[in-house]
Amino acid sequence: MVRMTTNGWLLDPLKDMLRFERDMDNLFWGSGGSRASSTPPINVYSGEDDVVVTSEIPGIKAEDVEISVSGDTLTMKGTRKAEDLAQGATWHRRERGEGSFYRRVRLPFSVDSQKVEAAYEKGVLRITLPRSEADKPRKISVRTSE
Amino acid sequence: MEKNTLNVEKNSGERQVAERTRDRRTCIPRVDIYETGNDIVILADMPEADEKSVTLNLDKDVLTIEASIEEEHMGGHTAFYSEYGLGDYYRAFTVSDAIDREKIEARMKDGVLRVVLPKAGPAKARKISVNAG
Repeated sequence: MVRMTTNGWLLDPLKDMLRFERDMDNLFWGSGGSRASSTPPINVYSGEDDVVVTSEIPGIKAEDVEISVSGDTLTMKGTRKAEDLAQGATWHRRERGEGSFYRRVRLPFSVDSQKVEAAYEKGVLRITLPRSEADKPRKISVRTSE
Repeated sequence: MEKNTLNVEKNSGERQVAERTRDRRTCIPRVDIYETGNDIVILADMPEADEKSVTLNLDKDVLTIEASIEEEHMGGHTAFYSEYGLGDYYRAFTVSDAIDREKIEARMKDGVLRVVLPKAGPAKARKISVNAG
């Protein structure tokens, strides 16, 4: 499902902790305005046992966003559709982006994909990704020999 | 069809806000504007805003859109990587007389503000009869 990159993520997985990739194909998210961005921008917040990724994607239908998680990689893709204008209607100005986006985010740890939760509210997508049990640091007690 | 029924004001944004007292940055929402036979419609991207935080104001010829956005509470989480910051929104438009000002409607959904400005219909055009005498 998730396409892995060929640029050495296996060889150097810790280099940036987070690795972002943008698929620049068929993107129409605008190039001007105060928040120039070719894809919906994201923020990442880290907690002790999870990571929260938020993204501003106003005016999209929740069912038009697809989120998938594999290991430590989060993939978001979706499409923002332009308003269908009735016949005879004309655009005066078009600054808002439209089209499809594809975003892959490398997380600082492996995620329990069964427990990932996503919510969409006020045009903001919020994905909570709990760290997988297997990936959590284990405390190793040191035994002393008498 | 009148082309310039709605003008997007030049230099709209931060500079025009009269002495803001909030120590927040201001974003200019991106807009689409289209015209149908009956209306002019403004769509503005304002993620994080909802119907409670948006204010529309029509003062003489100037329609202003504003929203105050509060900082999110991330409960125990720290910012790790950031591509966008939260800020208030502000943008102003000039509205001409061809708009029926009493019937402007606005709706907020999924972070998109939709303002419908109905054109003053032909029925509204006042015919002034000239009487003899």
